[in-house]
Amino acid sequence: MADRITDIWGTRTPFAGGDEWPTRVDFALEARLTEDDIDHWVQSACVLCSNGCGCDIAVKDGLMVGIRGRSADRINKGRLGPKGLFASWQGVAHKDRLTRPLIREGGHLVETDWDTAMSRVVARSKELLASKGPLSHGFYTSGQLFLEEYYALAVIGKAGIGTPHMDGNTRLCTATAASALKETFGADGQPGAYEDIDACDAIFLYGHNMPETQTVLWSRILDRLAGPTPPKLVCVDPRNTEAARYATVHLAVRPGTNLALMHALIREVLKNGWHDPQYVTEHAIGFDELQEAVQEWTPEAAAEICGVKADDIREAAWIFGTSSTVLSTVLQGFYQSSQATASSCQVNNLHLLRGMLGRPGAGLLQMNGQPTAQNNRECGADGDLPGFRNWGNQGHIEELASLWNVDPGVIPHWAPPTHAMQIFRYAEQGSIDFLWVSATNPAVSMPELPRIRKILSKPDLFLVVQDLYLTETAQLADVVLPAAAWGEKTGTFTNASRVVHLSDKTVEPPGDARADLDIFLDYSRRMEFSTLDGRPLLTWDGPESAFEAWKDCSRGRPCDYTGLSYAKLRGGSGIPWPCNEENPDGVTRLYTDGNFPSAPDYCESYGHDLLTGAAVEPESYRAQKPDGRAWLKTAPYHPPHEEPDDDYPFRYTTGRTAFHFHTRTKTARSRTLNDAAPRMWVEISVEDAQDLGISEGDIVRVSSRRGVIEAPARVSGVRPGTIFAPFHYGYWDASGGGTPELAWRVTAPTAMANSTRRRQTS
Amino acid sequence: MNLHIYLGLLHQGEQTLAKSFRQVSEGHGSEPDVHFLCQSLAQQCDHHEKLLLPIVQQYGQDSSADEPERLHAEGLSKTRSGPVGLLRDLQDLYLLASLVDVTWTMLEQAGQALRDRNLLAVVEHCQKETKVQRRWLQTRMKQAAPQALIVAS
Ligand code: SF4
Repeated sequence: MADRITDIWGTRTPFAGGDEWPTRVDFALEARLTEDDIDHWVQSACVLCSNGCGCDIAVKDGLMVGIRGRSADRINKGRLGPKGLFASWQGVAHKDRLTRPLIREGGHLVETDWDTAMSRVVARSKELLASKGPLSHGFYTSGQLFLEEYYALAVIGKAGIGTPHMDGNTRLCTATAASALKETFGADGQPGAYEDIDACDAIFLYGHNMPETQTVLWSRILDRLAGPTPPKLVCVDPRNTEAARYATVHLAVRPGTNLALMHALIREVLKNGWHDPQYVTEHAIGFDELQEAVQEWTPEAAAEICGVKADDIREAAWIFGTSSTVLSTVLQGFYQSSQATASSCQVNNLHLLRGMLGRPGAGLLQMNGQPTAQNNRECGADGDLPGFRNWGNQGHIEELASLWNVDPGVIPHWAPPTHAMQIFRYAEQGSIDFLWVSATNPAVSMPELPRIRKILSKPDLFLVVQDLYLTETAQLADVVLPAAAWGEKTGTFTNASRVVHLSDKTVEPPGDARADLDIFLDYSRRMEFSTLDGRPLLTWDGPESAFEAWKDCSRGRPCDYTGLSYAKLRGGSGIPWPCNEENPDGVTRLYTDGNFPSAPDYCESYGHDLLTGAAVEPESYRAQKPDGRAWLKTAPYHPPHEEPDDDYPFRYTTGRTAFHFHTRTKTARSRTLNDAAPRMWVEISVEDAQDLGISEGDIVRVSSRRGVIEAPARVSGVRPGTIFAPFHYGYWDASGGGTPELAWRVTAPTAMANSTRRRQTS
Repeated sequence: MNLHIYLGLLHQGEQTLAKSFRQVSEGHGSEPDVHFLCQSLAQQCDHHEKLLLPIVQQYGQDSSADEPERLHAEGLSKTRSGPVGLLRDLQDLYLLASLVDVTWTMLEQAGQALRDRNLLAVVEHCQKETKVQRRWLQTRMKQAAPQALIVAS
């Protein structure tokens, strides 16, 4: 096998459009071991990005010693990328793992037992519920737990306590994916599938640096590109990324100007009559408004704003407008930029205009950044209601109440669920006094870090942190709960192609660490949350019974799991939802008949104004009779709130590398990966580096109006006027500054850079 | 013709609303969403004012003497603080936006009777945005109210 650190995407297995993607089995074992030495293999799927590659974990003497891609799995056909190969089974066994619960005594965290730790959590929780009520409680989770765990958390928060203050770090990136899907189609759910790569004639990557973020998915594209009928590739990204090297057209737009580009693409498609008027009339609402909104956006007008060539915009529009099948994928470059939802909706609109949905190769994926972000949304541990139900729809609230056998009044539905940043704002103001953070590290990953750290350190905020390691956030906690990692617990999760995988327990967690599900169930039991007839609210005894309960909750909803079971998920490939009696093998593509989940009684949301977020009232939604048609929604382009000026002449943008994931709590503990991308850097263009006298490896200081980072420079293909920094690097191992210090409320800010005239020393 | 009185009222209403949005943007900048959004909405009001200009030039406007003082709404003189303060300020903005909204409606009525297409086009564009401003304020207040009224200190 190739050296998969230098050769990230592995050996090519070319194939032609319409054929099946060939199998290629990747594996890694501990040095000196061969397959013959392995005691047994346990089925799982990789949780280090949203791709969800099926795999088997090698076990020897009760330890994880290797990994192998599952050839039968539709997602990866045996492949694994460097993170899956080198960080999944190696990362979790690290010596830094938490093994005992910790409580704060005299200002210090000291080890204790579960009973003491949980009693403390429950005492404070009960006390606050009695004195201030449910609005004193907030829960902040991640995109990294299993479905069963999110659902437990959702039931606890929504039916046990009754607080609207639940969100996940998913809000800071891929909540945009959910919003865009809800605004356009009426409910969440990826219309397309990874299989669309196999059949399409053109691929559009919108702000999606796929070669770094989902390496195995990119291998699939590389295999098409190496085959006899390569698809055309259009890439929208300010950086000269790996994907851009293969692009037929690379639109290196200025950060913050995506919407202007999208307007121009829509206008070109309409002007040339490449849209399908019959499909639009039958399946969409809002055509006239859309046409009017893009009227002024000639390729020249957009070219000027975006800093790209008008002819390139024309060519991209031509490719979209005339290819017989197009797959679009959208990620961070769109989600973490200004006017994120409006820009992503325009991608949906392009597909609607051409009826480019629901056929092989005609696909749309509003990607997720994190492995299980999709489940957080489905189960409602974030700002959504379980089963894509609509908080504005009284009928949906009653459905949930009768499912859980609780008073509908308990379920918070009087206003939209609280946004992550707002949860922290309430904690800052002292109206939230109890915050439970699971599987995420806000002290490193949130915007406005100094402020967030100050909030988390507040003496009157009771902070519970549940994690694998003593993260920066955990260090500030009142109670720290040691959690089991991937491979140490059983559960399911769903990737960005709606494919559900089961990950079986392989080894025991270290010390006293427990599965997140067990921790939540224990809390619920101790809090004595109960149903209307006085029975315990959560009676599940483990992941499988939690999954069975979730199936009931999902029944009849777009994410219907009723046809799935643990038994069915074992042995073969992952299975895409909806999976029910009607579709026992799952559904590869949604909306094959152009019928969307927008009916007023069924939809997940009545939608919003895309500029302000103002909610559409149920009556006015109903009055427009969507009934299965999709919404062609957009907003006027607004320049970024901060434009570069003399003091801060650069636009600042962040992204990922193929070797690390998020704040690196897992991946940095894998030596192989850490050596490949050990520390923070900033990228600057050749031209700007020359102007500022910066050369490769110089330590540069990048400052914005809100923060400063210092890191070695990489003089690269980023577009002039832009500075890029990867966002994985916190400061826990003191190898660099934390990037989010610079970012401000997830919009594209500006920055300045200068060389500190130091050379990199180590 | 008394149209100029209402043009004066509207002109001043948009001005006051813009100023008040800016004030809230500054005064409640620690709220994660308020700062930039209120800036954008203030810009919308500025733009409405600009679109009104040709109409004002055509029909004149009365911004002073004979129009009764009490027809004007006071803008926010300064922002309040704390969670309830935010709620009250948003509510003031809501009242101002409602006044502007209904004034647009009156202007629309006049435009219909005059069959003035230009006037009607301006009303249609601006009032749509004013209505969204009101809806946003309502959405935001509904979200803030339980926390401010029940648990905030
Ligand atoms: S592509 Fe993602 S899911 Fe697949 S092996 Fe790599 S990190 Fe894991």
